[in-house]
Amino acid sequence: MKLVLDKRSEHSELMTLMSPVLAIVLTVITGAIIFAVQGLNPFSALFVYFVEPLTSLWSIEEVLVKAAPLILIGAGLSVCYMANVWNIGAEGQLTMGALAGSFVPIVFSSWQSPLTLVVMLIMGALGGAAFAAIPAFLKNRFNANEILTSLMLVYIAQLILDWVVRGPWRDPKGFNFPQSISFEGWQLMPTLGEGRVHIGIILAVIAVVILTILMSRTLKGFEILVIGNAPRAGRFAGFSRKKIVWFTLLLSGGLAGLAGIGEVAGPSGQLQTAISPGYGFTAIIVAFLGRLNPIGVLFAGVMLAITYIGGEAAQIDLGVSDKTAQVFQGVLLFFILACDTLILYRIKLLASKIKPQQHVAAE
Amino acid sequence: MGGTEAIILTIITASTPLLLAAIGELVTERSGVLNLGVEGMMVMGAVCGFGAAYTTGSPYLGILAGIAGGMFMAFMFAVMTQTLATNQVATGLALTLLGLGLSGLIGESFVGLPGAKLEQISIPFLSTIPFIGPILFGQDILVYISIALVFATTYVLFKTRVGLIIRSVGDNHNSAHALGYNVIAVRYACILFGGACSGLSGAYLSLAYTPQWIENMTAGRGWIALALVVFSTWLPKRLAIGAYLFGAVWIMGLYVQAQGFGIPSQFLSSLPYLVTIIALVIISGNKTLTRVNTPACIGQTFVPDR
Repeated sequence: MKLVLDKRSEHSELMTLMSPVLAIVLTVITGAIIFAVQGLNPFSALFVYFVEPLTSLWSIEEVLVKAAPLILIGAGLSVCYMANVWNIGAEGQLTMGALAGSFVPIVFSSWQSPLTLVVMLIMGALGGAAFAAIPAFLKNRFNANEILTSLMLVYIAQLILDWVVRGPWRDPKGFNFPQSISFEGWQLMPTLGEGRVHIGIILAVIAVVILTILMSRTLKGFEILVIGNAPRAGRFAGFSRKKIVWFTLLLSGGLAGLAGIGEVAGPSGQLQTAISPGYGFTAIIVAFLGRLNPIGVLFAGVMLAITYIGGEAAQIDLGVSDKTAQVFQGVLLFFILACDTLILYRIKLLASKIKPQQHVAAE
Repeated sequence: MGGTEAIILTIITASTPLLLAAIGELVTERSGVLNLGVEGMMVMGAVCGFGAAYTTGSPYLGILAGIAGGMFMAFMFAVMTQTLATNQVATGLALTLLGLGLSGLIGESFVGLPGAKLEQISIPFLSTIPFIGPILFGQDILVYISIALVFATTYVLFKTRVGLIIRSVGDNHNSAHALGYNVIAVRYACILFGGACSGLSGAYLSLAYTPQWIENMTAGRGWIALALVVFSTWLPKRLAIGAYLFGAVWIMGLYVQAQGFGIPSQFLSSLPYLVTIIALVIISGNKTLTRVNTPACIGQTFVPDR
């Protein structure tokens, strides 16, 4: 038996829609096996993981709180990856966005006006974009691989945050805990209703709408698609690869920065040494699960937010390790990529090897 | 033991995991495959190595388990990218994310346990030579293996028929296929070799460098190994020099930190990552150095026409 890929004459429309669904189904089956191995009833464990987060108002709100940064970052990354620019340092851009945005409430702590929040958000986006400008510059000027440089910068950003929170920006009245002063009033994201859902989720939806229009209705979006899929054709059309590198990295960095300040001014309300449970990395999975399409990212972001909340619930209810959620996320990305193969190829099982003569005759 | 001697010994310990992982990735990349999952394979090697050594009490079984852990991850990568023709960059990222999660899950019960340390092998008489004795002849087995691998890969890649096939597959998979070589099989083998080396490197971390299991204990070393391969311009001997330079930078940071010159520790901890970026920039900007040796088909998917 031999597994062989047979190229389809055109993309399979059916598989384009079905592959994320298939990937989720396969992940759930794998999850059931993982739970069974740990000696749990797979059905009740899967229920806690994937359904329970949607059964109470409180947990739905938590899903939205977690979905907001994932969608913001994932939408930016999907445009980036569409252009074949591999920004994997969103976690670092998120961190720098959080730092830049926090400058306002920490240094001018008494300034209270609606403008405060606006300035914080702009600073956050600029901070993230500025940090993403480093790999963009190094890529365009020195041809340095953006995958490696953007990832190295994640470690550097986290160390800078650690230093700032333990050093210059530590709350003098904070009993030496590594955290900044607590933000108040207009230094915080307004919440929607009484719960913890804040306007970050609205920003995320706005970003998705804008990026959808960008990708489907503008010349810039077309340039991104051409440069990403057919760089030679792009060169002949006079599109500049360097400009696309700048554009996509600044865009995705800016959105990651916005997500960062949204976290600090939202759920946590102050700078701490750890401000994100790896949103910048999970957003890579969000981008792929969303088929590198901003609208798809909207659904994918909610889906992965559910795994975070389900993971927390499973840890409390069933004593399942919190690492399980991370394993799920990794497995999910594997299955998404494997299922995407079905869009371009048919998979055939051959009983035995075809001899060279036979296949010449067959053609 | 003098101060200089101690520093050199720690530099070797810090460099060996980088060298081991990078030499495997170098061979993988020479066959035209970019596996960004080094960090994931390495961390799985570390947890499997520690687990096996802890349960059996034998660090040598730990080494074998580490290799198996790395190869298991590499095999998944090979099935995905070679058999299912998935995007190598994305699959490598998936491998890293999965490896970090899976190792955390497997290693949860190992946290805080004392590990079995890999002992130094002192070569009789030679290791008693002052100064150079302990440095050259008093290391553990993995240090010797890492150095042997540098020479072995140089020889195999550039002096043998097997090496020629690997390089031709990496430089032009269509021609290699037309000549009758099984591109996919060659790449499978090179990916698995890379996985074995990364697993070995992880096992070194959890058995020799710090004989215990700490979550995410690879701390970006897999990514630094990837950068080292670029830095070496795909030449094993240059890779060894690079790895030792990086190890030296890493140790210097720790040394300065211990002396406490009033520099915030975070700045010193970020030094290896900063140096990686600088090294990448210097080498990538130099076209003559990179063009000659970069495998031409690196990262490209190959699906044989039938």
